[in-house]
Amino acid sequence: MNDKFSDKFRLDDQTMALRVAKELEDGMVVNLGIGTPCLAANLIPTDKEVLFHAENGCLGFGQICTAGEGSPDIVNAGGQPVEPKPGMCFLEHCDSFAIVRRGLLDYTVLGGLQVSEKGDLANWMVPKKEIGTIGGAMDLALCAKNTIVLMTHNTKDNQFKIVKECSYPLTGERCVNMVITDIAVMVITEDGIVLKETAPGWTAEEIQELTEPTLIIDPDLHDIELV
Amino acid sequence: MAINKIVSTMDEAVAGMHDGAMIHVGGFGTIASAPSCLLEAVSELNIKDLTVVSNSGGFGKEIWGEHDVAVLHQTGKIKKHIVSAPTNPLIVNELETRFRAREIEVELVPQGTMAERIRAARVGLGGILTPVGIGTVIEEGKEVKEINGVKYLLELPLMADFSLIRGAKADRWGNLVYNGTSRTFNATMAGAAKVTIAEVDEVVELGDLDPEEIITPGVYVDRIVLRSAPKAKDNYEEVAQRAADKKEKEEA
Repeated sequence: MNDKFSDKFRLDDQTMALRVAKELEDGMVVNLGIGTPCLAANLIPTDKEVLFHAENGCLGFGQICTAGEGSPDIVNAGGQPVEPKPGMCFLEHCDSFAIVRRGLLDYTVLGGLQVSEKGDLANWMVPKKEIGTIGGAMDLALCAKNTIVLMTHNTKDNQFKIVKECSYPLTGERCVNMVITDIAVMVITEDGIVLKETAPGWTAEEIQELTEPTLIIDPDLHDIELV
Repeated sequence: MAINKIVSTMDEAVAGMHDGAMIHVGGFGTIASAPSCLLEAVSELNIKDLTVVSNSGGFGKEIWGEHDVAVLHQTGKIKKHIVSAPTNPLIVNELETRFRAREIEVELVPQGTMAERIRAARVGLGGILTPVGIGTVIEEGKEVKEINGVKYLLELPLMADFSLIRGAKADRWGNLVYNGTSRTFNATMAGAAKVTIAEVDEVVELGDLDPEEIITPGVYVDRIVLRSAPKAKDNYEEVAQRAADKKEKEEA
């Protein structure tokens, strides 16, 4: 694969997180993974009451605090201070993961290294590194009602990340429902991966070229919608 | 004689630790949740071959300004680390370096499974059944039970010799409350060891803690010690910057 698309427009982290925020509805319980997914907490319209869950033991917190503000004892799973909110509570670690395993999360949003066409996820270790961090990812990916994977469409050296079969160690089998990348929005179905939305200026054929399994093109394929 | 679990020095708090001991280290990975004074005291003991259970692999004092679990790797105390988040995207820590050099053994555990294995020890259970890890490397070598058509892994308790935890306030009975998200694995590990030792920001009179607010009942706790250092400021941006600087220096 080459990088002939290197000059094309791609969504930045904030925009990808904004696309995640669009999925979240009033009353949902949502866990946001460390890094880019966490940004979605700052992008929820104020009229939506979404309960954010952080596996380190917090439910119902608000936005990530502005730099230098906040308490080191009210942090998200990435250790970033977050705003307290009325109704928020703290959880001991077993309680925090009980909420996860019990299936009470409507969504979890995780980073990814590879997603297979069956919805298998690999996101904790690049084999050549010999060691990696599982953290809460296995619990979250398996047990949340919906798992969204947020990642770049390809690796830095232009390898496929959306693959026929994951070659990296799995986080979970058949657990991914939706993939949001810097160029596309896709959903995983029994029949395969359906391409639903593209970044502006991209065609389905171009996205297929950067994707290993054959994509099913949604009849209603359109430019990515952020709100 | 009146119950009094309060000890006056860090040395007294970590008395009795021995070669080969299994130690729970509380906290999540942030410095505000780490039993940093106890870890410093353990790092100064002449002991080795510890098995340590903790959520993260640690960053080290040069990043935080205070000790976390990394100090036990930096001082060569650890033989085996049972851990859910050994590495981090910011720096290569001592755990990662020692693992690649084949100097330590690492057992990876999904975070929710780790919490329940610790709880199983605290509450006297012989193990737990969890669906998490089925179809992954975590399944290898473990018994699989099928109940009502769902596959579960049998995961065994993690009972330690010592639990080192961090609390906000304690009384002389050992009753504990925590600060916000620093409750985390600290409350989970209280009582999951033969000896539970808590370092706290404040010791209060018996009766000052509202019975409705006590998170850890004192019966799970054996020793209470007042922190010997002021609470670290833990400014997220400064810490992230120090980590970035360290990485840049190492790569140069």
